[in-house]
Amino acid sequence: MASGVLATSSRPDESGRPDESGRSGRRGRPRGGTRGGIRGNERIAGWVFVAPVVVILGLFLLLPILMAFWVSLTSWNGQGSPFTGKVPFVGVDNYAHLFTQDGLARRDFMTSMRNNLYYVAIVVPVQTALALGLALVVNHRMLKGKSFFRTAFYFPSVTSSVAISVVFLFLFANSGAINGLLGIFGINGPQWFSDSRGVLHLFLGLFGVDQPPAALTAGGPFGLSWWDWLAGPSVALTAIIALVVWTTSGTFMLMFLAALQGVPVALEEASVLDGTSRWQRLRYLTLPMIRPTLFLVLTLGLIGSWQVFDQIYVMSQGNPAKTTLTPAYLSYRTAFRDFDYGNGAAISFVLFLIIIVLTLAQRRLMRDRDSVRSHRWFRRSERSS
Amino acid sequence: MAVVTEPPRERTPAGAVAPGRRTPRTLATSFVGYAILIFFALVFLYPFVIQTASSFKSEPDAAANPLSPVPHPVRWDGFQHIFEGTNFPLWLGNSLLVTVVVTIGRIFLDSLAGYALARLRFPGRSGVFAAVVAVMAVPGVVLLIPKFLVLNQFGIYNTYTALIVPLLVDAAGVFIMKQFFESVPVSVEEAARIDGAGVFRTFWSVVLPSARPALITLTILSFQGSWNEFPHTLVAVQDPSLFTLPRGLADLVSGSLGVGTQYPLKLGAALLATIPVAIIFVVFQRYFVRDANQGADKG
Repeated sequence: MASGVLATSSRPDESGRPDESGRSGRRGRPRGGTRGGIRGNERIAGWVFVAPVVVILGLFLLLPILMAFWVSLTSWNGQGSPFTGKVPFVGVDNYAHLFTQDGLARRDFMTSMRNNLYYVAIVVPVQTALALGLALVVNHRMLKGKSFFRTAFYFPSVTSSVAISVVFLFLFANSGAINGLLGIFGINGPQWFSDSRGVLHLFLGLFGVDQPPAALTAGGPFGLSWWDWLAGPSVALTAIIALVVWTTSGTFMLMFLAALQGVPVALEEASVLDGTSRWQRLRYLTLPMIRPTLFLVLTLGLIGSWQVFDQIYVMSQGNPAKTTLTPAYLSYRTAFRDFDYGNGAAISFVLFLIIIVLTLAQRRLMRDRDSVRSHRWFRRSERSS
Repeated sequence: MAVVTEPPRERTPAGAVAPGRRTPRTLATSFVGYAILIFFALVFLYPFVIQTASSFKSEPDAAANPLSPVPHPVRWDGFQHIFEGTNFPLWLGNSLLVTVVVTIGRIFLDSLAGYALARLRFPGRSGVFAAVVAVMAVPGVVLLIPKFLVLNQFGIYNTYTALIVPLLVDAAGVFIMKQFFESVPVSVEEAARIDGAGVFRTFWSVVLPSARPALITLTILSFQGSWNEFPHTLVAVQDPSLFTLPRGLADLVSGSLGVGTQYPLKLGAALLATIPVAIIFVVFQRYFVRDANQGADKG
């Protein structure tokens, strides 16, 4: 996914403010204000200038969402136009198939949700920890060749997700580099992309638990048994997780790096003189100072990891045994392979809601953080005066 | 905008804090630090080394020695096959066309809108800006079906128009340009206006040339974004003669040639698809860095 867009999308919060101040600042300035002609020009020019953007974004972003919502209430099969009276209107049936009615649609959807939940649960913490770790090391004062390392870590983030997926298919092939590497340590690597076993199941297998206990197979939420819910990511999904962590940590490392450079050196040096340990400094000084960025990285990671698509399309197409199916890929497959556009659009909408909720939560959290910070700063300066 | 440059602290004499006392520890930690960094640099770069090497390998060599960075013997069959046995030249042409048109379109249209939102006063301005910001939050993958619906409805599915026009503007670009124009002093424009230049004239010949850094950032982002764009091409076209590189590559991997064979060919094609972005990245590294930090600079 376009990391740049993700990174910028967090900014809107602050943008309002400079905009406001800029405007009021200019309003106060004597500015040949009597020339109504220029003002009039500005009105027209303003709209002419933004028109292409408004039209294209409206036609290819806003209108599609409305159209898709309509389609998600129908059972359109791709024949003819979905906006004629001939298309059967089914109301919320498509959504019911996903959540309440037992059947293949719900089982696939819930399997994809399970896969994506495990994916999120691993990708987000690992990429954040790795990015922070790398940033802390790269930020080290005495380090030589900083820019080389920064470049090395960031490069995967800018390359094509499809091209990288091809490389990882090769690395994780049965006789590929990863298994070759494991072989050096005497480990017999799995057939990554055809192994549908869940890693939690494999882990339990080490203790002799090969068969699920009856209590876990009997029933479970949304048509999947508890045993299925608790499978963990499959071996195949693990390979995709490795790829994604590898490509995204570079971006987030740079964000941490920028934040770390905002930590005053004097503060750090003072705490060194106070005899704090490296760990204490990280825990009580650095982490609190970069907390907003930490939040940002976590939430951007959450938002991004619900959108995994390209890698799935190229590497596994949901196989083996649907263990790499994600809602994004499932919606594509349902619509364009099974020609069930209504159901596919419904899945898109559920995914849309999940991501929008995460985005709003992110904005709210960032705003709260900001106000808390400025509040504290205010109190502190009050106290000191 | 926070650009990661070498932090200013570096310019103060190194080890200003009690250098003598800390030397042994610093040595040990910097050794550990370098070890970690070199390990991860290998992890992050070695796949590309293997990719490059393997695309020059013979098929059995690639399968037998996947870890080796040296092809033995060096073979060009993979590349020969890419150009003669696949539609690679066609994909390359399509990718170039899409990337060039999209990049030019974004530079022009995004900066027009960015300028209007930053500097011109017109009714509905804050509404348009709010919409642009809201649009940035719309996740791309949920638009797959919707985009197809619109393109289909307009009758432009399976055309270059479908491939290009939806990508022609991007909300993030408008945002970047608006931020930049707000940071430019107004005085220059005012001088131009007093001299009688119209709004567009002022924008085109006074403001735009001064926006070089932002324009370079936008160019690079647009180039990289549209060169790598995959999901959009998946729903915009179906005709193999309209495939761009990522689409062709995906087809090559999952389609006709089957999985598990022809690694030199596939890796070579992926390598060729990566090269333009790699060149841009190496040349304009600091602009990429700036972009990645746009979300973080309040940290």
